Amino acid sequence: MTEVPRFWREIPQRYNLIGNKCRKCDWINFPPRSICKKCNDHDFERFDLKGEGKIITYTIIRAAPLGFEDLVPYAIAIIRLDDGPRITAQIVDCDSSEVDIGKRVKVCFRKIAEDGKAGAISYGYKFKLV
Amino acid sequence: MSKKVAVIGVGITKFGELWNESFRTLFVKSGTQAIQDAGISSKDIDALFGGNMSGGQFIKQEHLASLAMDHTALLPKPAMRVEAACASGGMAVSAAYMGIKSGMYDVVAAGGVEKMTDVLTNRTTGALSTAADQEWESFQGATFPGLYAMIARRHMHEYGTTEEQMAEVAVKNHYNGSKNPNAQYQREITVDQVMNSAKIADPIKLLDCSPISDGAAVVILAGEETAKLVCDDPIWLVGTGQATGSIALHNRKDICTLNATVEAAKRAYGMAELRPKDISCAEVHDCFTIAELCAIEDLGFCDKGKSGQFVQDGHTRVTGSIPINTSGGLKAKGHPVGATGVAQVVEAVLQLRGKAGARQVTDPEYVLTHNVGGSGGTASVHIFGR
Repeated sequence: MTEVPRFWREIPQRYNLIGNKCRKCDWINFPPRSICKKCNDHDFERFDLKGEGKIITYTIIRAAPLGFEDLVPYAIAIIRLDDGPRITAQIVDCDSSEVDIGKRVKVCFRKIAEDGKAGAISYGYKFKLV
Repeated sequence: MSKKVAVIGVGITKFGELWNESFRTLFVKSGTQAIQDAGISSKDIDALFGGNMSGGQFIKQEHLASLAMDHTALLPKPAMRVEAACASGGMAVSAAYMGIKSGMYDVVAAGGVEKMTDVLTNRTTGALSTAADQEWESFQGATFPGLYAMIARRHMHEYGTTEEQMAEVAVKNHYNGSKNPNAQYQREITVDQVMNSAKIADPIKLLDCSPISDGAAVVILAGEETAKLVCDDPIWLVGTGQATGSIALHNRKDICTLNATVEAAKRAYGMAELRPKDISCAEVHDCFTIAELCAIEDLGFCDKGKSGQFVQDGHTRVTGSIPINTSGGLKAKGHPVGATGVAQVVEAVLQLRGKAGARQVTDPEYVLTHNVGGSGGTASVHIFGR
């Protein structure tokens, strides 16, 4: 489970897919970085990702980690966003047999996990087929 | 400064669910065996580098280097813990090598130990998942089998690799494990058993996964002069390389290539002035069957995308052109994560000494070991020769 401040720090990224763009080479990072991995520059501007992309690989998780047991089976994919970055996220609102490489997806806002009965509930991005 | 570095002694415990053994007893047993094998006294050891992934999570004990020195009666000699997830053992061997090459030490122990079965399975898998990117992989519900499953799915999509070909890796490694008295699983399995085992993260099934294990391994390294003095058959560490890759799988340029392996191998081959075809046999990091397929390709034993057929054609069996994981690999020998990289070196030394028993490769000249952390964030490659 994610501790509250650790989760809270990343809310702009987790809720709204906010990344950053290198002013020198235009490379887009998600999550934001402080040093550009393409050109090593340190000068960035905010970049709001559009949240659409394509599945490049996926799996159906049947043995879940702590906090995800109720979701089993669930699909996880690596998605190449149209803006460039790649991210790992769940694919929801469909039968897991519909998930496939090459399918287009778009972002949606969902509950990710809850820390027991009394702990904080964390929210963030998942994706659905379009 | 010593020009060459040799392994002069090896020790290893049985791997498995060892309820009667603690972190301390495992480490002391393998260390004592290595010292006896080297024919030296523990007083001759200048320092220890110990690989361990997660004592804090598995046995709620950190500060492990001091603990190891205390219980092997080696106080007050220097000792350092090395952590690189499942590559911790391979990295401990690197650190020992650097200690000797730097001229600071002459005889160094490189050890690895992990005690994983003192906690319940979901805690163990939780601890292992900390080798992935906690914020951007694990937070989303990705597991380790899940990450390797995504590599497998992409490999199948791009190269036509089949689940049966992956199963062949497990079948071969279990066959080899059946010849290794220290292996966790000393029984053969069939492709059908792998295919019909419980699904963990499609296309990865239970028998595609390495197990949760307890175990320890220690090797003693020495500089050239000392090695020749104390040892009739020193095994030389002729090339070594380490490299890093992005901790999150999604940031890899190619999902099916562990770039850290490619880079570490390039460095090790370069130092040894050898090519993949010069290697007689290899111990590679098969935490999942797809990981062995990627390793065979990334180490240059076959072309990218051809590993499935390569394995199916028998090239990687003990009798094949490039035997892979004669020890049984992580799959059958077991995978006490911090010990794995050192245990691979033990197997390499046994093969080169001609002491690998029923799994002995005919007259090997060079043996390669390959140890990976996480889904490819770290890779360590060593090459040994007589």
